[in-house]
Amino acid sequence: MSELRIAVPRGTLFEGSLDLLDGLGVDTRGVRENDRRLLFEEVGIITMRPSDVPTYVEAGAADLGITGKDVLLEQSERELYELVDLGFGRCTMVLATVAGEDRAAEALRRLGVMRIATKYPRVAARYFLDTGRQAEIVEVKGSVELAPLTGLVEGIVDLTATGTTLSENGLVVREEIAHCTARLIANPVAHKLKAPAIDAILERVHAV
Amino acid sequence: MVERIPSGTRDVLPDEMRELRLMTDRIRGVFERAGFGEVYTPALEYEATFSRGDGRSAVPEYAAPAYRVFDEQGNVLVLRSDMTVPIARLAATRYTHSEPPLRFSYFAHAYRGVRPQRGQSRELLQAGVELIGAAAPEGTAEALQVLCEALDAAGLETYRVGLGDASLYPSLLEAVGVSPDSRDRILGELVAGDFVGVESELRALGLAADDAELLLRVPRIRGGPDVLEGLTGRVEDAAAGMRAVHALVAPEIAGRIIFDLGLVRSLGYYTGAVFQVYDPAHGVPIGSGGRYDELLAQFGRPLPAVGFALNVERLHIALAGEERGRMAPRER
Repeated sequence: MSELRIAVPRGTLFEGSLDLLDGLGVDTRGVRENDRRLLFEEVGIITMRPSDVPTYVEAGAADLGITGKDVLLEQSERELYELVDLGFGRCTMVLATVAGEDRAAEALRRLGVMRIATKYPRVAARYFLDTGRQAEIVEVKGSVELAPLTGLVEGIVDLTATGTTLSENGLVVREEIAHCTARLIANPVAHKLKAPAIDAILERVHAV
Repeated sequence: MVERIPSGTRDVLPDEMRELRLMTDRIRGVFERAGFGEVYTPALEYEATFSRGDGRSAVPEYAAPAYRVFDEQGNVLVLRSDMTVPIARLAATRYTHSEPPLRFSYFAHAYRGVRPQRGQSRELLQAGVELIGAAAPEGTAEALQVLCEALDAAGLETYRVGLGDASLYPSLLEAVGVSPDSRDRILGELVAGDFVGVESELRALGLAADDAELLLRVPRIRGGPDVLEGLTGRVEDAAAGMRAVHALVAPEIAGRIIFDLGLVRSLGYYTGAVFQVYDPAHGVPIGSGGRYDELLAQFGRPLPAVGFALNVERLHIALAGEERGRMAPRER
């Protein structure tokens, strides 16, 4: 692994990523013990938020990276290789609205357009375009669940693992858009120039 | 108030310009010595020049024309997005009776669309050659030879050249009976670098196990000559073509080649061998090229051809990166 630098996402995929790296024989104790440090050059790990992983990998600042399919869908124009579905971090991109009568459907019928809050504006826009519905996408950075409860929007497009946060906020899933898991991605140039090292990792990933 | 310039464009000031000029002068010397006379074509061309008979773009998707204007008669003109198409036009119209092969080089700007916030260039300087009327493998080997001499002259030391075959994967898919629709989807996933997507598309087709295994394995094959051993069928045919090119180039160039069966490039005019230039000092390819044996026929002079284009700005970044690496070898 020493030859390669891998971008590891902090947040929900952090534990699973480090467990995977443990399985590949990387010593992740230092990473687990220190949540302020970002660069662990001695084991070839850099840590960052999941949505930054494609940025570093595309530019070649990291050879490999682990991030969610949701991030890759949102940043689909990035030039990188998606090598393996790692299987962990399973969750679903959904369209959810307040329980009871579907206000998004009503808005679409009566007003011709529904307002949708999301952290995934491109995924949401593409989904409504593909399904032939007009939607006004409102990008929010924080808790998306708040938006339909306050009348900012009629529905949200968001990622849910268990549905708990949605139901605690009185929201129900109306449509499932995509199933997402953690993916191993690679910089295209590194994939060619460091092929033996990357293939050795892929082999061990498949064996784990 | 500061006057802005369009995103994806930039001013080049004297310090940078001197370095760029030094690089391009050295490369120009290589092209001239190899017999590739420099040409210049108009920045504006008729839109039809960049379209094929069937209305599709003649160029790969990433190089599609992005800027259109009307002339006084209402004709649609485009800012050239590529130099290969204009030079194919030039060769077919100005050299109708010349004995091939024809050799041309260029240092010219191409104009492309950009996505916001991605650091892409609307205007990029390309340095390249087109070798028209020289078939594979000899023509391909000559182009690779000139490519490597140009990179050497520019001062790059650690670059490698990926060599693939644009027709290999499409013909494999066709051979196992994948429908044209699925073929386009799978090739789309492959061009996008989504191996997970390729796998799920293939699985959904319900192919025979060994066909599916082959289609999954082939695009991942890349490396030295040993990766071409033990192949069979169509894959071996493509590998034989690559080996033939490999055998024709000088040993120091052969050592630079990475065989890459997954190198498909986006569609467009490529027909056979394709290549891409990598350098460990830069995260993106710094140049690319390949065979376009059918493009000249569109302009009325069917001749096989091959060429490459280096992105001068990326070459400069890689060169600076290599120099930094040589000064501080531990720093990545």
